[in-house]
Amino acid sequence: MIVGERKPLGDILDMIKDYKKVLVVGCKGCVTVCNVGGEKEVGILASSIRISRKKDGNEITVDERTLERQCDPEYVDQLKDIVSDYDAMVSIACGVGPQFLAERYPDAAVYPGINTQFMGGALEHGVWAERCQGCGACLVHNFGGHCPIARCSKSLLHGPCGGSSGGKCEISKDVDCVWHLIVEKLAKQGKMDSLRKLVPTKNWSTSRDGGPRKVVREDLKL
Amino acid sequence: MKAGSNLEKVLTAGIFAITGECGPPRGANAEVVREKAKFLKGNVDSVNVTDNQTAVVRMSSLGASLILIQEGVEPNLQMTARDRNRIAVQSDILGAYALGIRNMLCLSGDHQKFGDHPEAKNVFDLDSMQLIQTVKKMRDEGTLINGHKLDGAPKMFIGCAANPFADPFEFRVYRLANKIDAGADFVQTQCIYNLERFRKWVDQANDMGLLENVFLMGGVTPMKSVGMAKYMKNSVPGMDVPDEIIKRLQGVPKGDQAKEGIKIAVETIHQLREMKGIAGVHLMAIEWEERVPEIVEMAGMLPRPVL
Repeated sequence: MIVGERKPLGDILDMIKDYKKVLVVGCKGCVTVCNVGGEKEVGILASSIRISRKKDGNEITVDERTLERQCDPEYVDQLKDIVSDYDAMVSIACGVGPQFLAERYPDAAVYPGINTQFMGGALEHGVWAERCQGCGACLVHNFGGHCPIARCSKSLLHGPCGGSSGGKCEISKDVDCVWHLIVEKLAKQGKMDSLRKLVPTKNWSTSRDGGPRKVVREDLKL
Repeated sequence: MKAGSNLEKVLTAGIFAITGECGPPRGANAEVVREKAKFLKGNVDSVNVTDNQTAVVRMSSLGASLILIQEGVEPNLQMTARDRNRIAVQSDILGAYALGIRNMLCLSGDHQKFGDHPEAKNVFDLDSMQLIQTVKKMRDEGTLINGHKLDGAPKMFIGCAANPFADPFEFRVYRLANKIDAGADFVQTQCIYNLERFRKWVDQANDMGLLENVFLMGGVTPMKSVGMAKYMKNSVPGMDVPDEIIKRLQGVPKGDQAKEGIKIAVETIHQLREMKGIAGVHLMAIEWEERVPEIVEMAGMLPRPVL
């Protein structure tokens, strides 16, 4: 899933300080799963805004809406009859959400309520970690199912570097050295040989480095 | 001869070699480099010039290397993959060779998190293994990574680093083997304080026959004080400083700690010299170049050969 963190309330209040009527828009996709932008969080953010503004003697109307997804035009479209009722919208979907809202409603003022972090998964309740950088050419099968692009601080294809210590990365004792995990896994599987070969330079053009990407599926086009 | 550098000549002649190190200044003052060169000239066979070590911005390795050449000291240009993509890497190699550089040490580079610009974007388009392969390809095949034929191949003597003190230990010797396969001609190791662990790693390398195909130089850094030893032990990733070293430094009066540190370094050099498969020593006297002449003298390695 795409994992995000809510922006500090103060930042959001500052963005909408000149408005009197705002719509907070949530998303039932990834951000609901990572508890940052679903129906519940829309309610929490809306209440927080109302309370703060009331305290400041500058009351505001905040309405709540949570779309099925903000990354599909058909759901974004569902706001078409109400958008003009508001001074602004705060999207708490991933970074795609505010952009899709702004593209569909060019006259609307749209603000992002969360900071999108990464593609990852839940390690435990309340803890998420990065797993994928979307390089466009998945190679995890070569590394015991671990991704050195996303999880090595240097994205090394030949690790572990000289900074690996006690299974941890040189940048922080809180970061696992993914190359330690790779070596451990392949050693256990008796496949250390696969780490005795040189990996060619990576083609990064399939990654962000090749420019903004687009996937076109002719078989699905109407 | 692959490159014909002085370092290559000394190692190929079977003479126990010694390389020094010069950290460029945090500024454009060429005099700092010239001053350091004075202490290194004639005392070592080649001098590593670090590339923004610990990700702190300094005069470029290439710039400082050129100053060394002007001073009659042979540089070993360190290059990291942290700050340049494959376009800059190859371009810098061509420029370095054209300007007289004949040795290169290929590194991944310390993460920028440790440096003075932790907000910088990191590159790591290549890693150290691929950087070695790139220099080798340019030298031996006379082409760029993409196969484009070069008008003039950079004939570099190719070095790499190895850290036998990083984890997981059992994989370290395979990583060395990969670097040799990639094209390394010589290896300079992380600073050695734990000789027992180093010996174990060298034994593994000898058992695999690796040291017949590469010149292995053991890294030595003299401790200036107990404080430095403790800092190296606790704060430098991948460094193994046994308690005995710290105890030994603590055992002498404060004013004598530097002398004791140098004594330990000289003893290490003697031990390395006795080890099978060790071709030389890489002396990293960090911001202490003025003590290099006496360390090399005490190690019985003067005068240096003129080949």
